[in-house]
Amino acid sequence: MSKKTNKYTVSVYTEDSVGLLNRISAIFQRRHINIESFNSSMTEIESVQRWTILILTTEVQIKKIVGQINKQIEVIKAYYHTDEETIYQESCLFKIKSSLLFDDRQIQNIIKESNALIVTVNPEFFVIEKSGRTHELDELYEKLSNYGILQYVRSARIAVTKAPLMISEILTDFKKNKNE
Amino acid sequence: MSKISGSEAVIKCLLEEGVDIIYGYPGGAIMPVYDELYKYQDKIQHVLTRHEQGATHSAQGFARISGRVGVAIATSGPGATNLVTGIADAQIDSTPMVCITGQVGSHLLGSDAFQETDIIGISTPITKWNYQITKASEIPEIFAKAFYIAKSGRPGPVLIDITKDAQFEEFNFSYKRINGIRSYKPTPIINMDQIKKAADLINKAEKPLIVWGQGVILGNAEKEFTDLIEKSGIPAAWTILGASAIPTDHSLNVGMLGMHGNYAPNVLTNECDVLIAIGMRFDDRVTGDVNRYAKQAKIIHFEIDPAEVNKNIEVDIPVLGDAKETLSKIIPLIDKKSYKNWLDQFKKLYKIEYDKVIDGELNPSKKGLTMGEVIKEINFQTKGNAAIVSDVGQHQMVACRYANFNKSKSNITSGGLGTMGFALPAAIGAKMASPEREVVAVIGDGGYQMTIQELGTVFQTKAAVKIVVLNNDFLGMVRQWQQLFFDKRYASTEMVNPDFVKIAEGYYLKAKRVTERKDLANAVEEMIKSDEPYFLEVVVEKEGNVFPMIPTGSSVSEIRLS
Repeated sequence: MSKKTNKYTVSVYTEDSVGLLNRISAIFQRRHINIESFNSSMTEIESVQRWTILILTTEVQIKKIVGQINKQIEVIKAYYHTDEETIYQESCLFKIKSSLLFDDRQIQNIIKESNALIVTVNPEFFVIEKSGRTHELDELYEKLSNYGILQYVRSARIAVTKAPLMISEILTDFKKNKNE
Repeated sequence: MSKISGSEAVIKCLLEEGVDIIYGYPGGAIMPVYDELYKYQDKIQHVLTRHEQGATHSAQGFARISGRVGVAIATSGPGATNLVTGIADAQIDSTPMVCITGQVGSHLLGSDAFQETDIIGISTPITKWNYQITKASEIPEIFAKAFYIAKSGRPGPVLIDITKDAQFEEFNFSYKRINGIRSYKPTPIINMDQIKKAADLINKAEKPLIVWGQGVILGNAEKEFTDLIEKSGIPAAWTILGASAIPTDHSLNVGMLGMHGNYAPNVLTNECDVLIAIGMRFDDRVTGDVNRYAKQAKIIHFEIDPAEVNKNIEVDIPVLGDAKETLSKIIPLIDKKSYKNWLDQFKKLYKIEYDKVIDGELNPSKKGLTMGEVIKEINFQTKGNAAIVSDVGQHQMVACRYANFNKSKSNITSGGLGTMGFALPAAIGAKMASPEREVVAVIGDGGYQMTIQELGTVFQTKAAVKIVVLNNDFLGMVRQWQQLFFDKRYASTEMVNPDFVKIAEGYYLKAKRVTERKDLANAVEEMIKSDEPYFLEVVVEKEGNVFPMIPTGSSVSEIRLS
């Protein structure tokens, strides 16, 4: 297996449990691996949470880490995927001085071309939102940073996988085995 | 249904799980539970250790010798933090244990209240599972989960923290044991294809070697394991936690693996063509340099914990599952064979080790007593039927190397964590779990003084443990490394020791010191014959070294005999 560092999206299906995050983050901390971004959300299954964790590491490491995540009691199942194996999005907000919108028409073109949305405009500032893949957000940031950005914030990555994950099946199997 | 308090519910839960002995130390935030323990003292024995760390090690010793879940209990704050070493030890050595801690009232959580500590946060990375109870109604389900998690699959420690208000709160109690948690897969489903592939590879092997660990013991797979080696004729070597799964004198038992293990299995690990690992995790003390570990061999790994597969060593055929099940499934597929020439290689290397190391250790002619001759005498007096509880250091390696075991679950030692101070309290727990067995604690003068206060527990409980301190007035293992790798700069390893016999006598224990070879046999005999606890100090040579040795960073085949 290659020692090359790569971006991995780790998807963890969990029970809704206080303290589990601590347990999972300790697994990364022990190996000195930074979490690039982290998102926790509800899922298509009631009372099941999904964590999406973006990690930069080698495949050798990520395999071991996901193995150790999987053995935590409240983890239903954890997976790792490369960018190619997922459909992912991130989103970001830019707060920019309103005067710039009128002083420099070029900004309007940038917004239009990037498919960003204007969330709000008031006399002092306006806020635009952009969702997309990492590089698309990077490009927009690059362009707008020339004009001065008052505030910039970016969300964690969220991702769905191209392949099915079968979480419902895992949970149904458990129920079936228990009833047998 | 009448209501009961949370603290009484705790006791009822323990009774439901078959607990009849717990180890602990009272304090403010756990007092309601202690009050109930007082009422239920005819059903549950509480052993007052002299330090909470002792409670955890006693619970571990109890679990390791009996296979049952050990229970330790302490108060909040320092009581809870004092459990940490034992919990970490149980985690890395897969010991089933439930720890119960009191916690400040739930209205005070997070406020830095008196004796408040975030024991959930602290214990998270060293527990298999932990949970903070803030409502009495949670107690039955959480205890049922805790015991199930602690003992199922790969066992481990669980901690339950209970706020004081939850201990007082009253509720309608009912208890149901559980046998499953939907997000938890304790035992992987067996894949017969992998078993067939493994069997094919084993049957074709010309120089196969089995290396086994504690998984054989934890899985109660001693019989299946014995059947496998006897049918296949394959020589088998053990990790220190795997020791005693088969008798020491079994003809296919080729000895101890790893840093201070036997010469033959270490050297031949790098010559075998198929390496069959069973219930072991390729710890670095076993593998030496992983980049030069069994590179020539195909590796099969029988393992219950999928996270252990390919963690330290890349394997060719993983066989996931509980050892008892996987081994019983593979045995019918294994050809009956014997490997005379291959076994002769082990014998040849054993002879070299015997001449260069073992003979001098067990039958010394030099003046000072060796640790090995003490173990040999214990073997002789106990006929190999004792459980040996060792601490950490040179004496531990000597005890593991030379102790004779006839019975499984007889080598109780701190393997993964290497916790000095483990042996005395662990021996107490082991003796209480198996009073019919001879339990001999073998401890160095350093580790002994880390939990020496547990002599008080020995005295109070009259647990008839036999305590042997091998005293060289040094932290011997560290000194050995200083000698070999730090030009004999003995930084802070020499100990000025107290009169250990007087200390033991201060606790009203029978005690003796031996300094001469001629007195050793009689002293060990007197100790073993004693029905009471007994303390024996043996003054051994000051600068003895444990060999063989695989220096850090070396390959198993570079094991040194001197």
